[in-house]
Amino acid sequence: MASVTAEKTREAPMRTDADTQVGPAAASQEEMVEKISIRNLDFYYDKSHALKSVSLPLYDKRVTAFIGPSGCGKSTLLRVLNRMYDLYPKQRATGEVLLDGKNILLPGQDLNLLRAQVGMVFQKPTPFPMSIYDNIAFGVRLYERLSAAEMDERVEAALRRAALWGEVKDKLKHSGLSLSGGQQQRLCIARGIAVKSNVLLLDEPCSALDPISTSKIEELMDELKNEYCIVIVTHNMQQAARSSDFTAFMFLGQLIEYGPTEVIFTNPKNEQTQGYITGRFG
Amino acid sequence: MDLYRRRRATNYAALAVAVAAAAFGLFWLVAILWTLLYNGIGAINLALFTEMTPPPGSAGGLLNAIFGSLVLTIGGTLIGTPIGMMAGTYLAEYGKTNGLAQTVRFINDILLSAPSIVIGLFVYIIVVAEMGHFSAWAGIVALAIIGLPVVVRTTEDMLNLVPNGLREAAAALGAPMWKVITLISYRAARSGILTGILLAVARMSGETAPLLFTALNNQFWSINMNAPMASLPVTIFQFALSPYEDWQQLAWGGALLITVTILMLNIVARALATIGSTKR
Repeated sequence: MASVTAEKTREAPMRTDADTQVGPAAASQEEMVEKISIRNLDFYYDKSHALKSVSLPLYDKRVTAFIGPSGCGKSTLLRVLNRMYDLYPKQRATGEVLLDGKNILLPGQDLNLLRAQVGMVFQKPTPFPMSIYDNIAFGVRLYERLSAAEMDERVEAALRRAALWGEVKDKLKHSGLSLSGGQQQRLCIARGIAVKSNVLLLDEPCSALDPISTSKIEELMDELKNEYCIVIVTHNMQQAARSSDFTAFMFLGQLIEYGPTEVIFTNPKNEQTQGYITGRFG
Repeated sequence: MDLYRRRRATNYAALAVAVAAAAFGLFWLVAILWTLLYNGIGAINLALFTEMTPPPGSAGGLLNAIFGSLVLTIGGTLIGTPIGMMAGTYLAEYGKTNGLAQTVRFINDILLSAPSIVIGLFVYIIVVAEMGHFSAWAGIVALAIIGLPVVVRTTEDMLNLVPNGLREAAAALGAPMWKVITLISYRAARSGILTGILLAVARMSGETAPLLFTALNNQFWSINMNAPMASLPVTIFQFALSPYEDWQQLAWGGALLITVTILMLNIVARALATIGSTKR
């Protein structure tokens, strides 16, 4: 069992090695900007304490994966980053989450502006009940006034980057709901990158998709990470190993281990991490 | 094997009872429609739509009553629908389970099942008695109150069917709440809300009791909103109870007309709901 996992996870370090030639240490030599810093974050659903003093950095132009068993708090952590939890009463966070050095948990934070800057893609594809074109234009119209031609360009650019343009260019006026699950999810990603965001939060984006759609989305993440700080929550160990640069393993609301993905997957320091990635618990 | 046979027998018995019950209900519905058609079809002619309600013994139609019903129903819809939609939106999107929302929801449910004559009397006291005379306005207010709870309820129910993920997705793009509601939730719930409005219109157009004390009735053509106004249900009520044969005949015609109209509204509402659900 352990050897099988080791073989599968080897792909990830190899890819990173190819980029940097020196392995884990080299990653930090390249100029890495700490886009988001989470410091001593606690989160409560009413009285239940869902995140316990979590601290970790999220780097720009890198993919960070949150892994851990169901209910460990990884989605909760993701939803703090754009303060999605604010939509619901009785949920609150304490501590600091610095986005470009500014604490977004402060009461004065404009939530709409924050969310315009931090895109999010959900587990289940959520196309709006409108045309494919309008699905993309919806977010853009919120904060920008573009001429029809500029908007056309923007929509095309977003769809191209989401690797969806070829499949939908002749039916932009069709309902977004008419697309397949994988296409819908790429539409949602396109929607998130059409606005001028620079952080992309992906909450199990592939769990409802088939392997082909999944690999398309992983390729897409690889492309997008040149410009974005990407955070992905996943239950799929291979996906985390394949597509992330850093991995955070969470358990029972605590951050157990964080580090470069190749280290977490090949040489974890913590026994629980080791147990989880090799499938012995969780 | 014995057990299996017994279960099968029980199944057939239950099925038979269910079918009988359904047939019993359906029988009366068909009987009513048939009686209406049988007695009313003879009264459906051009005069019904072009002439005023006649004095006993002379020929005429229901034009003033048809017109009055249209005015009252449209007026009631125009007042009841926006208020109902806003209240339903509050319940589903803002209030949810807070105290005010729960109170409003409870009162709305009471209003939904309140006897319509009580609503008629209520409007009589607050509008007719205050103004000193019956009027079309009072009728409109009464019908708006009849339609209101239907719209509140369906709007809330339909908005609750909109998946939260859709709201989160819109919010995640930076859309303020009012845009999430007006551009996303409403759009996703559109056909359902429209269905609710049509059902409210159907309900309003068939009510007699709330109009008896408010718009009263009018034998003559009147477009004065401050004066009593004729309506189909009240005219039917008056004519059907009269001893005059030609009035009774007109009442049959009016009853058929109003039933067909409401049937159509319900069919359209149902079709809209189906279109809405298959699109998702």
